[in-house]
Formats: sequence, structure tokens, C-alpha cells
Amino acid sequence: MSDATHIPQARDGEAEFGDYIALLKPRVMSLVVFTAMVGLLVAPTPVHPMAGFAAILFIAVGAGGSGALNMWWDADIDAVMRRTKSRPVPAGRVTPDQALAFGLTLSGFAIVMLALATPVFAAGLLAFPLFFYAEIYTMWLKRWTPQNIVIGGAAGAFPPMIGWAAATGGVSLESVLMFALIFMWTPPHFWALALFMRSDYDDAGVPMLTVTHGRRITRTHILAYTLLLVPVALALAFTPVGGPVYAVVALAMNALFVKGAYDIWRRDEPMSETDNFRVEKAFFRFSLLYLFAHFGALLIDALLRLAGVM
Amino acid sequence: MAIRAEHELHRRRLSRNVGLGVVLVGFVAVIFGLTVAKVSNNGAVEGFDHVVRPSLLEAGE
Repeated sequence: MSDATHIPQARDGEAEFGDYIALLKPRVMSLVVFTAMVGLLVAPTPVHPMAGFAAILFIAVGAGGSGALNMWWDADIDAVMRRTKSRPVPAGRVTPDQALAFGLTLSGFAIVMLALATPVFAAGLLAFPLFFYAEIYTMWLKRWTPQNIVIGGAAGAFPPMIGWAAATGGVSLESVLMFALIFMWTPPHFWALALFMRSDYDDAGVPMLTVTHGRRITRTHILAYTLLLVPVALALAFTPVGGPVYAVVALAMNALFVKGAYDIWRRDEPMSETDNFRVEKAFFRFSLLYLFAHFGALLIDALLRLAGVM
Repeated sequence: MAIRAEHELHRRRLSRNVGLGVVLVGFVAVIFGLTVAKVSNNGAVEGFDHVVRPSLLEAGE
């Protein structure tokens, strides 16, 4: 037998290119790219298309870097949870050291490149959530408090604000409201997931609200945060970036979202187990559509203004 | 057993090398595009060495 056939499968840092892409959490990145792009395009200051493209690219690279750092630190949790055990680090395709080096390099690179491509303020605004997600959320909050999702959600809420800052060089009411929209949306989104993935978080010892305070309390929290989200979502309609399309979409989406949260709140465990968490799963899927629809509507209104329709 | 020229390991290495190559070429393209955008956005480029800079002259000078 030759030496070559003795080399174990991917236990030696010989990962495929796709494994490094997986470290970037491409699905989370799609949300980052979309919301950052909307933040940049609805801003009142026009941006050169190339500078805009570079800004979104480097924001995405930064988000990918912090995703890799998250996978480095959380490899022990990921190895236990069904949803995450095939990720590159727990599966042994990428070593933890490689993930750490990859994450740190990309994060630093993204901040420097964004500073070169856009106003330096935008790069500072990118540095904060990268630090916040990798250090505060991943290393500390996630394993310590059931409010992990609430506070950690701040990191995911930054991209539209960074996109806005890349165009304008500053912060304004509109960009703060876009931040608040994602910030308030994150808890109901993740708690709905936690309701039907409970055993995963239990096994991993992550103090999700479902584990620490029970599922009844989690259902109440979903409804409460959804009700708090509604005024934030509707307020954007009354700012200069809002418009008729956004107003209609926000009204419809929030009515449906509140209805979904109310349905979750009304149900108990036996009911949910009977139909295998049908309502909770539907609410989780709808929450993704909810966010994309809001930012999509902002974009359509911006395009209509650009076309001179409004 | 004969040494196989192509091991699964080589395929993974090739995938990494090609991927990195594509990323580097893309990066060069982005930097080039960004440079063009920055230069053209800031208007005409002036040479500063031993020449008059029109933008520093008072109106009517």
C-alpha cells in the first residue's frame, strides 16, 4: 500500500475550498449582504457603483470572518447539536487553529479594506459588531444568559447601518430604525427555532430561554417582542426612506407576524407535539420572509423615487 | 499496491488552489475598479511637481 492511501480523510487540515466557504456562514451572509445593500442604496447620498459594490463585499467578508471565529469558539457546542455537527470544525475538515486564523485575518482585512473604500466611520461601525459578535456574544453571552439572543442580535442588526454609513459617512434616524427593526426581529425569530429544536440546545448546554425559563415563558416572550417590533417596523414608513410600498408591506407583514406570534402564545406543548410544531415552524419560515420583505420594500420605494414616480 | 497518481487528497488541494486563485484575481479586479472609481470621482488629477495647480489659484488670477 502506498503512503498516499494512509492519509486520513480530512483530519490533517487538507480541507476543500468549499469548507472555507462554509466557515463564512453563507446563509447568514445572504441576510447581511441584502440588508447592507438596502442601507447603502436608500441613503440620500449617491455612491459610485464600484465603491458601493466594494463596501457590500467587505461588509460580507467581515461578517464571514466573525462567522469563522464563532465556529472556532463554538466547535464543542456545534459537535453536539444536530443542526451544526456537520460544520467544518466539528466534522474535522478544518482544524480549530485554521478557523481562528482564517476568521481573524478576514475580520482585520475587511475593516481595513472598508476604511479604504468608504468613509472611515463605516469601517469603525463594522469593527464594532465584529468584535461584539465574536467576543461578547460568542465567548460570553451565548453560554451565560438566556438573553443571549436579544443582546447578541445587535451584531446582526448593524449591516444596514454600516451600508448607510458607507454612503453618508454618518448615522441618522433612518439607519437607527433599520438597526432596531433587525434587533427587535431577532428574538422572536430565534426563539421560534428554539421551540422546535429544544433537545439540541438542551444537549449542548446553551442557556436558551426555552431551557432556563421554560417553553410557556418563551411563547410569551415571542408575543411580547413581536408586539414591540410592530411600532419600530411601522415607524420606518414615516421617515424619508419609507414610502407607500413600504407602508403597505409593513402593515400586512406585521399583521401576519402578530397573528403568528399570538397563535404560538395560545398553544401549549401537547398541541405543538401533536402536529410536530407546525405553527412554530411556519412562524420561523415567515420571519425570514418578513425581514426580506421589509428591506425589499424599502428598496422598491427608493427605486420609485429614483425613477421620479414619487 | 501501486502508488496512485491521483489521490482524493490531491483533489481537495486542487480545489483549494483554484479557489484561492479565483479569489486573488477577483481581489485584484476589485482594487483596480475601486481605484478607477476613486480617481474619476474626485475629478481631474493634478500633477503637483513644479507646476501650477489651477485649483489653488484665486479666481481671476
